[in-house]
Parts: sequence; C-alpha cells; structure tokens
Amino acid sequence: MNALVSLIVVAVLTAVAVAGAGARPSAFVLGIVVPYAAAAVFLLGIVIRVLRWARAPVPFRIPTTCGQQNSLPWVKSSPLDNPHTALGVAARMALEVLCFRSLFRNTRSELRDGPRLIYAENKWLWLGAMTFHWSLLAVVVRHMRFFMEPVPFPVLFALRMDGILEVGVPVVYMSSLGLLAAAGYLLARRLLSPQLRYISLAADYLPLFLILGIAGSGILMRHFTKLDVIAVKELAMGLSTLQPALPEGIGALFFVHLLLVSSLLAYLPFSKLMHLGGVFLSPTRNLANNNRMKRHLNPWNPPVRVHTYEEYEDEFRTLMKGAGLPLEKEPK
Amino acid sequence: MTEPKLKPDEVASIDYVVPPEGWTRTLPDLRKGTFNYGANPKSAQYLGLPNPRAWQPMEADWKLPPDWQRIVLEGLRERLSKYRSLQVFMDVCVRCGACADKCHFYIGSGDPKNMPVLRAELLRSVYRNDFTAAGKILGSLAGARPLTIDVIKEWFLYFYQCTECRRCSVFCPYGIDTAEITMMGRELLNLLGLGIDWITTPASNCFRTGNHLGIQPHGFKDSVDFALDDLESIFGVRVEAPINKKGAEILFVVPSADYFGDPHYFGFLGYLALFHEIGLDYTLSTFASEGGNFGLFHSSEMMKRLNAKIYAEARRLGVKWIIGGECGHMWRVLHQYMDTMNGPADFLEAPVSPITGTPFENAASTKMVHIAEFTADLIKHGKVKLDCSRNDHWRVTFHDSCNPARAMGLFEEPRFVLKSVCNNFFEMPENTIREETFCCGSGSGIGTDENLEMRMRGGFPRANAVRHVHEKHGVNLLACICAIDKATLPPLMEFWVPGVQVAALHELVGNALVMKGEKRTGDLRGQPFAAEKGGKKDA
Ligand code: SF4
Ligand code: SF4
Repeated sequence: MNALVSLIVVAVLTAVAVAGAGARPSAFVLGIVVPYAAAAVFLLGIVIRVLRWARAPVPFRIPTTCGQQNSLPWVKSSPLDNPHTALGVAARMALEVLCFRSLFRNTRSELRDGPRLIYAENKWLWLGAMTFHWSLLAVVVRHMRFFMEPVPFPVLFALRMDGILEVGVPVVYMSSLGLLAAAGYLLARRLLSPQLRYISLAADYLPLFLILGIAGSGILMRHFTKLDVIAVKELAMGLSTLQPALPEGIGALFFVHLLLVSSLLAYLPFSKLMHLGGVFLSPTRNLANNNRMKRHLNPWNPPVRVHTYEEYEDEFRTLMKGAGLPLEKEPK
Repeated sequence: MTEPKLKPDEVASIDYVVPPEGWTRTLPDLRKGTFNYGANPKSAQYLGLPNPRAWQPMEADWKLPPDWQRIVLEGLRERLSKYRSLQVFMDVCVRCGACADKCHFYIGSGDPKNMPVLRAELLRSVYRNDFTAAGKILGSLAGARPLTIDVIKEWFLYFYQCTECRRCSVFCPYGIDTAEITMMGRELLNLLGLGIDWITTPASNCFRTGNHLGIQPHGFKDSVDFALDDLESIFGVRVEAPINKKGAEILFVVPSADYFGDPHYFGFLGYLALFHEIGLDYTLSTFASEGGNFGLFHSSEMMKRLNAKIYAEARRLGVKWIIGGECGHMWRVLHQYMDTMNGPADFLEAPVSPITGTPFENAASTKMVHIAEFTADLIKHGKVKLDCSRNDHWRVTFHDSCNPARAMGLFEEPRFVLKSVCNNFFEMPENTIREETFCCGSGSGIGTDENLEMRMRGGFPRANAVRHVHEKHGVNLLACICAIDKATLPPLMEFWVPGVQVAALHELVGNALVMKGEKRTGDLRGQPFAAEKGGKKDA
C-alpha cells in the first residue's frame, strides 16, 4: 500500500513531464522554472533544517562507546570505536560517513531449535548501502560535466575511472549499474522482508522509486535513445550560469529525468534523506568519551529541588545518635 | 499460587510473524506479566510529581488530567528545543531495520513494536503529526498519527519494555539511540503521572533516606556491622569500615543492594576486605548510601535531584576524591551526567591512588573512579596477594552490563581483575559481549515480579549465551559489575540455565585475597574452598 502510493506519485510525475515536454511554455516551466525552484527549496531547506538542529543544545555528552575506554596507561584503548580526543572523534566520524562503520557490524539473529539463538554475519545491507551511496556520489560528480565549461579535472578523472571497464559504446559507467542494482536491492528487501515491509512508510519507498526512475531514464537516454547531448549541455550551462535558455530538440525522456531529479531535490530537506546532514550531528557518534576528564556544560542545566544533608540529619538525628554515627548538630 | 507457571519452552516458542494490518492499527495489549504497576501516589506526592493518584495500567481509566494532550505536546515541544539528540533522532531514521533484531526484547518476544525502530516510531509518528510540515499536510501518508489515549497506552507499554540498554545504537548507521527516545517518552508519560511504582518508590526512598531501599542511617550502620562480623568469621581478622568519617581521603559510594541484597553482599564483603588489606583511608556515607539512581529511568530532573547528594556529601566530609562500586546504571549517571549536572567538583582533587601513586587521568574532572579501575591498578602493581585457586570451585564467565559497556567502554579492567583472581575464565560468544552485550532484560527499573514474563523474554539472549558456555565449558558462575544484574540474573539463570550462579566481581577478588594474618575458613559465601574439598590446586 505504502509502496503503491509512492509508485503512483512517481508515475504521475513521469506523466506530467511527458505531457509537458511537448509544448514550449510547459517545457519552459519543466526545464527552467522547476529546476530553479527545486534547487532553491533544496538549498534553503537544508540550511534551515541544519540550523534548527545546530541551534538545539547538546545538554549531555552521550557517546555510544563501542570499544575499550581510555583509562589506565597499560590498558589498550580503542581510539576509533571509543575515541576520547577530537582527532579520534573525527576519525570515528570519517569511518562512519565514508565506510558506514556501524552498518558493517550488522548481524542477523536466528532462533533455532533448542531453543538456541545464533548470530550470523550479515553484510548485505552494508554492501548495498555502500554501493548505493558511492555510486550516487559518482553519478552526481560526473553530471557536473554538464554544468561546467571547461570540465574540471576531478570530474574528468571521475568520468575516466567510472568508465574504466570500457564496455559498450558509449561506455557503460559502473556507477550507473551500481546505483540501479543497489537501489533495486534496497527496494527488494523492503518489499520482500515482512518485518521491513511492516516498518516501511510511503516516505521510505518514494526516494527509491524516484532514484530508480532517475537512473532508469538516465541509462535509457545514454544507451538506448538518441539524446541531443549538445542541447542538454546548453540547457544545463544556461541554468548554472544563471542565463537560462531552452534549446530545441530535447526529448520527453529528458524532461522526465529532470522532473524526477527536481522532485528528489525539493523533497530531500523534508524527508529522512536529511540523514546526510544528521549523521554529522548525532550526539552518540560525534562526541568524545572524555566525560570524566573534561566537564561538559549543559546550557539549560536547571536548579532542582534536592534533599540536603541538613534536612536529612534533622529527620534522622536521634537515630543517628543512637547508632553512634557522627553528627553535625547534637540533638536537643 | 494459582497463577500458571511460566515455562521456558513456551516462552521460547517465539513468533516473529508480523500482523497483517499496519502497526498503527494494532492496539496495545496490556497482558499480565508484560508491564509494571503504576506508581504509589504517596511516593509520587513525596517527590512532588504531577497527578499523584491511585491507578493501575490494567484499569480502563488512567485518570489523566483533562488537558493531557496539551501537556504531552507542550512537553514534546520543550524537549525538542532542549535536546539536539531528540530532534536528530526524530528526523533521520531511514527505517533500514539494522537495529531491529538487535533488541533483546524483540528477539525474546517477536513483537514488532519491540524493534527499536518501531519503538521510536511510536513517538516519531506523533512528532510528525504535530511538528512537521509533511505530517501536518499528508497525515498518515507521511507516517503521522494523532495523539490519542491508545497512543499513550502504547507508549506506556513499550517505553517500559525498553531497558535503555543502547544496544540498538551500536548498530544504527546514525547512532540513533532508542534509549534516549525511551527516556524522552518516559519523561512525557511522567508529566501525566504515568510513572511505574518500581521507579517512583525507590526514587522517593532515595530522596528521603539517601538510598532506594529506604534504609535509614542506623539500619545502614547495622548492615555494615553485620558485614564486619561476617568478615571476621571468614578471615579471622577484625576489619574496620568507617562511616560518615570527616577528613577521610576517599568517599566510597555503592549501590544500596550491595549491603542489603544477595549475591551483591558478597561483593560488598570483597570491597571491605580489599580496602582493609591495602589500608585505604576511606569512608562510607549513610547520606550518600546509594550510587544507583532510579531518577535516570524517570527524568533528567529526577536524576539530578538524586545525584546531588554525592558531591554534596563529598564536600561535607572533606574527602579528596570518590570511588564508586559495582553498578551499571549508576555508572551511566556518574560517567555521563554527574559532572554536567552537579559539578564542577572543583573542591575535590584529581584522583591518585594512595597505594600505587597512579593518577586516574580519565577521571580528572569528575573525580570519581570505578572500583574495577581502582582494583585493576592495584593488581597490576602487585599490591595485593591473590590466590586464584580459592576460586577453583567456580568456572566463570563475565557479563558486560549495558551501561559500563556502551556508555563507558569498561571492558578490559574487569576482565583483567577476573583473570587475576580465578583460574577458569571463559568468554561468551563475541556477538554477546562487550559493546554487543545483551541486557539482563530487567534494567531501567522494570525488574518487577509483575513483569516477569517480559523479563524472561528480554533476558533470553543473555541467558542463551550463558547456556552456551555452561554446556561447552561447564561454566557455573556469571560474574558481573551491576546491582540490577545481581538482582535479576539469578532468576533469569534459574529459568533458562539452572546451575549457574551470579556473583560480583569483587566477591571473586575477596575470595582470592590473601589477607595478612588471616585464618581463612572458606570463601565469602562461607563455603569451603575447592582445594580443601579435594579439588585440584593450581600452581
Ligand atoms: S538502524 Fe537506525 S536508521 Fe536504521 S531503522 Fe534503526 S534507528 Fe532507523
Ligand atoms: S535501548 Fe535496548 S531495550 Fe531499548 S530499544 Fe534499544 S536495544 Fe531495545
């Protein structure tokens, strides 16, 4: 049901793009107005969301420690999984962001007869997520060639590496296949595992369908239909240099591609896709476990009603005297 | 007893099949054995908590204040503005499911709402409904749902079926800590007077008498005297244990179960024997007679209120620094919260072991050292004479308690101590220890009799790992450094792995300790040593 809703959304977007591609005014909207609007929403949305997070205080230092603490000099501590210095935290974050360290720990628990619980390695999700995100990055980087002239060296290099297998004409990019395969895997596991299907919202399927649609239309354009690359580059350059113009000869498929990308961009700040920023701000990962070494300040640390020793002794003085315990004040 | 007795094979036939309808459409099932009783109004009143009244979760009417919805939403708004953790955790979960089968309650119950991700969604759905644009516009399509009484009941059920163990957080790619979400959920419930008695009453005892059990100063003194008598009959040496002594170098704070509970008590004997042997200048306190802090399971405010006495007492007694005994959640508070809440402890000195001269640099600000760190340092420097063979009647494994594991990273110190005091030590499988350790299933104030079924379910993964080493290596002792463990693992073992006892780390230290001038009669439980029973003595 949730999956269906998302699929319908993507289908409607596709239909809108196909319908709009035909006439010049609507193509203008699809090709220029929508991308600009999407980019604005994307940038502003992210900034606002991140500022909102950043404005919220971090009252307590609550790292999740996943390795030995730094304590006695002869005890070997685990600087990456339980860092106690800023450098260690940076390394932990880098591992988390670049290599998905926590996901790498993933296991699967299974109940066997006995009853016996066993835990099996389960790196598929990690592999899928790594492939997905790195492919996506590669795809984004190599699309920069449309927006820049001359194409800068890093982008050229990425293009070269991505197509290093030199299969097909034009060359098949590994990242295209990676993205498609990984998104397909992420979708399949959501649909096939009853537990995952149970927890999945429409908002979990929508980005996957969008990305599958984007990747699919992109691959179609590159490898199966005739695309006027010059016109597309002209459009993209126009957009990036703020001198937008709509060249002739851009096919409907391209407008589908562009509208899905725009939708994804505009949707991102309001969605779980904000994990791309949130991962940096997670207090269980980005704080050092130096709690007893350095005091952490809570900006709203409120005064609270406590029970003082004086009140305590007042209540129990006679009993304490009877037990021979030392007192601050002798009983009357 | 007319109640049907819980049977392991029945509990272990777990159904992981999810219901056909969506999770927002299943109502909370407050089934006997899976929840805790409501707070006693007297305790709630003593603490000045909102809406004190007699109520029970199994009753239909929870007697909420008329504007309960507003209270909860206002409470949520306030917490969103105070905790970045809450905001980020509400926003970034991708429902990847990596955390799902990491929770002992999900593994042991098969209830999908015990998947950490769904536990969090219980709150997240309300957050979306009232605090996000998408939720306001798209409603249930965006995963939003309005706050109803059934949602509150669901929160009550599932936020008290989470032991705040943080295991899920280890596996989450964004470090989403469902314990943090549970803590927020419980705070919100407490605003409506929906606390449970096993948290509220110990907290009120603690506020009044300094400890959860409500032991008054003379009772504390009696317990300690009793321990000293026991030590005399075991070691043949009269040991001192100063109480409320001004000017002592060190304040020693323990969880109250240590001097009142079994098997905690044998660990308490171990501490006292050890401190005597090394001639430590320390004092116990009747006022700071509890390091544990059930406020942690209630609200950050309650945590601060109960914790305040520790620094206050250290200041009053004029000690230089503090040692803390074996307790899990107590150390979560001491390590991650105390200094922030009730510091700075600038009237204390950075801790230095008076016996070895080791500065405890990792505790330079908070000025509080874990007993396992302290003892490990003593042993490393050869300051105590130990005879491992005195623990030869035990084949030992070690349970990493959740909080020292995932909120400190205290792994090697207790292991070093254990290996120094016993000959037969065996680790449980690696997915069940250290940062991946499984909870006892009864932490965070839900270790009650009325909640027994859920505790046995939640403790199943832990017990399962113990059974593995029990069968493979003949392990008969589960050592740990947590007061809740020592109270709740024995019934768990009896249920799942009969034949395995539970002990404090320092019980084993006390067993192995060779005291100057001792005339030992046996171990701290008063049993003869294995060697004297004809067992093999290790070289
Ligand atoms: S592992 Fe983290 S992101 Fe994944 S479902 Fe659980 S809480 Fe959400
Ligand atoms: S903190 Fe522990 S009990 Fe709570 S959801 Fe996470 S794994 Fe489960």
